[in-house]
Amino acid sequence: MKLELRGITKRFGSLVANDHIDLTVEPGEIHCLLGENGAGKSTLMNVLYGLYEPTEGEIVVDGTPRKFRTAGDAIDAGIGMVHQHFMLVPVFTVAENVMLGHEETKPMGWLDRRRARKKVLDLVDEYGLKVDPDMLVEDLPVGLQQRVEILKALVRDAKVLILDEPTAVLTPQETEELFRVMRALRESGHSIVFITHKLKEVKAVADRITVIRRGKVVGTADPASSEKELASLMVGRPVKLVVDKTEAEPGAVRLEINDLTVLDGNGQAVVDRVDLRLREGEILGIAGVDGNGQSELTQAILGLRAPAAGSISLDGKDLAGMSPRQILGSGVGFVPEDRQHDGIVSDFTVAENLVLDMVTQAPFGKRGSIVPSAVRDNARERVEEFDIRTQTIESPAGTLSGGNQQKVVVARELSRPLRLFIASQPTRGVDVGAMEFIHKRIVAERDVGTPVIIVSTELDEVVALADRIAVMYRGRIVDIVPPTTSRGDLGLLMAGVLPGAEHADGAGATRADTAPAGPVEAKTNESDATPGEEDPA
Amino acid sequence: MTERNPEGGTQVADTVIAPHVEAPVNPTGEAADAVRAAARKKALITGIGFILVGLYALWAFGFGTSGGEDAVFGMTVPNRDTTHVGDLSLPARGVAIAMSVVCMIAGGLRIAFDRSRLATRLSIALFLIAFVIAFLVWAVAGKQMSFAGALQNTLLAAVPLVLGALAGVIGERSGVVNIAIDGQFLFGAFAAALTGSVTGSLWAGLAAGAVAGALIGALLAVFAVRYLVEQVVLGVVINLLVTGITGFLYTQLLQKDPEQYNNPGVFDNIRIPGFADIPVIGPVLFDVNVIVYLMYALIVIVHLGLFHTRWGLRARAVGEHPTAADTVGIKVNATRYRNVIMAGAIAGVGGAFLTIGTVGTFSKDMTSGAGYIALAAVIFGRWRPLGAVAAALLFGFTSALATSLQPLNTSIPSQFLQMMPYVVTIFAVAGLVGKVRAPAAANKPYTKG
Repeated sequence: MKLELRGITKRFGSLVANDHIDLTVEPGEIHCLLGENGAGKSTLMNVLYGLYEPTEGEIVVDGTPRKFRTAGDAIDAGIGMVHQHFMLVPVFTVAENVMLGHEETKPMGWLDRRRARKKVLDLVDEYGLKVDPDMLVEDLPVGLQQRVEILKALVRDAKVLILDEPTAVLTPQETEELFRVMRALRESGHSIVFITHKLKEVKAVADRITVIRRGKVVGTADPASSEKELASLMVGRPVKLVVDKTEAEPGAVRLEINDLTVLDGNGQAVVDRVDLRLREGEILGIAGVDGNGQSELTQAILGLRAPAAGSISLDGKDLAGMSPRQILGSGVGFVPEDRQHDGIVSDFTVAENLVLDMVTQAPFGKRGSIVPSAVRDNARERVEEFDIRTQTIESPAGTLSGGNQQKVVVARELSRPLRLFIASQPTRGVDVGAMEFIHKRIVAERDVGTPVIIVSTELDEVVALADRIAVMYRGRIVDIVPPTTSRGDLGLLMAGVLPGAEHADGAGATRADTAPAGPVEAKTNESDATPGEEDPA
Repeated sequence: MTERNPEGGTQVADTVIAPHVEAPVNPTGEAADAVRAAARKKALITGIGFILVGLYALWAFGFGTSGGEDAVFGMTVPNRDTTHVGDLSLPARGVAIAMSVVCMIAGGLRIAFDRSRLATRLSIALFLIAFVIAFLVWAVAGKQMSFAGALQNTLLAAVPLVLGALAGVIGERSGVVNIAIDGQFLFGAFAAALTGSVTGSLWAGLAAGAVAGALIGALLAVFAVRYLVEQVVLGVVINLLVTGITGFLYTQLLQKDPEQYNNPGVFDNIRIPGFADIPVIGPVLFDVNVIVYLMYALIVIVHLGLFHTRWGLRARAVGEHPTAADTVGIKVNATRYRNVIMAGAIAGVGGAFLTIGTVGTFSKDMTSGAGYIALAAVIFGRWRPLGAVAAALLFGFTSALATSLQPLNTSIPSQFLQMMPYVVTIFAVAGLVGKVRAPAAANKPYTKG
């Protein structure tokens, strides 16, 4: 099936999200749509999938123009989509999810589960998408959930598959496995639109690359182009892909976490006996696939979650039992992972957001009331210093772009003397320009001696920033390794597998030797760990 | 600019921690211990609670009964039984003591087998049954109570609860919390009484009850689905509205000329030969009127429908993850409308039972909160039709006991007996249900984009 987008324009009010985009997807190719966050990739795909109606332009399938009003229309035309956030019902089985909306029934609407199961199993065999049709989706790891999404598209006879940032939630090994499946689908004549902003992946799997910037197609590229070329095409100017930083000069231990355990609502340990030592003037990166306890760990340090066991002490002072306000007051700066929910108050002005956690203290607060002039002066300074692009300091923070909102949060947290700085996903959804800037500020904070914790699911970011990397898996710190560790090893650690036999004691030990010269057992473990090879019995 | 940030990303976060790798990270550690310790603590607390209650039962019921007295339980339903089972006569003191001991044993079992789910459930059931028996023999000692009559009252009390709970299950499974069950009861009861009286046809009354319930359901759906009103508040407001309307019409119309407007009569019982001859429960279950048979059918239909048909799969998808349903072409809001209105009709039938199924007349505020108890049954039954039915029967049984014990002049004040169904509801919902998971999208209106 040949799919063409001709002159697609999508406007939201005065905002032009897609500006006359032309795109042709040939049968049997993996077509990569490369662009920064906010470049308009997802909007374009939502237009293609019938979730948005285009303001202008047309979608042409095999030479006939088509109009998609609902997702159902797109499905009928042979287009399937794997959303960034999976569209699966967690309490349904794999087979139920696959057949939903497309049910095999006997008379009276009675579900024909046998036939549904068989269909799933047939597809599983055909494309090597191993997954047990009777498992509940919520019990599956993310990599397998993604397969269920792919199965959903295939069972509806999709000829063109749209994968929206599919690797964001995968370990490197799961990503490899996904690429294998993508290639298998291409061999069988399917086309794939692969949306991403990760250059390495583009180079690994794409047949053709279309780069989008600010809603426009800015060019096509060959997978053989260098990462640097792709990056500058994507951003529109030459980009530095590495963070400038000097060797860390760690000083005394400032933050000590002993045996920290945090339970979730169901009594499951989401942080499991974590030991950490953080020294003055070093950046500790916490790597791991999303949802392995990183958020809960930072929340526990901030006092947002009560630990079930263990202790956290900063400069010898026990933080346990203190309220978040007291903890912030004792010099902890925190950039939360979800800035729109936890980082800013969208309806407050930029100026107000810049002093959110400081209004009780001088110079911003005096005798229980706010000093507006001090707040304004501070805002002008910060906007200047952090290059926050806002119309005025009185604009609501919600009107800023993601990158600038993040700068507001970072500016606020770095604008007071800190004893510890924690940043969760500091550059999620932030454009490359802002990313460079935020990284520079984080390193600068380290250089004045503040101990820094960076939590990020982007391996690139952790490797670029951290002086030591702690990898979390299912609530535990699997190992602490230097940033020079190979990506393969980091990937294994993210899946909970130790590449070598020796086990770090977790007490801040930095392993010098991380060569993947592990015993054969560890290697076998690797293939076991890859969900694709897991026997769904 | 237009791409959205992950909105909390709960779905992903919740599901990542799944067993797929035999990791060298040892999962049996302090954390697992902590989890087990929490379960153990819970078992210990409930177990000790059971034992203490057992001790109390021993003291109050066992030794509180003078020896030699018998508790007599009538096993035939008056005027309706052809089986002629003799009365059951139990030595009150002995049985009360024995059952109190069983209560304590149940507590011991709860502590001993704190990790087996089956044992946990069995010990809770054992405890409840033994306690109820100990209580009954004590209360009835030296007197006589019709046990079959109590069962019959249980069923009569449970019919509206069951129908209301089924309505609640359908609504919440589709993502709409239906607090308005009570209003649907009341309006259904009112419409059935009025229509039945005016037309002289009970069938017309029954249909009117269903339509009235569906109307309230439609009202709920419009505001909940179309105007995104907070569903709990909305339900309460609708109940107040119905109370007002029916109260007004009752005083203005029904009360002024009861012969004309409030005299629908009651459906006759239909006896099913064979089944009705089963001792004790036969006449209770199979010599009843058409609404009760309709209820039996609805229990089966809703259960099978919800878990084995396309309708049910889609309804549950809409209630769990409406966005996912939307992306596979299911019309989320249309599904919710349809299901809430249909559920309203079922609750309306439950309301009709209150008038044309039992007492035969409408009176002001006659539901006395039964809709809320049905709602409790939904939760106690873990959003499953059969669970909700069991819960409704339990609530029905407690209120039947209250009715049966009242004439015996036990030392329990009658007000306390009348409190019983509500007290049991509170304990059931708060204590015994444990952690349950409501449909994820219940009380969450769906808007695109």
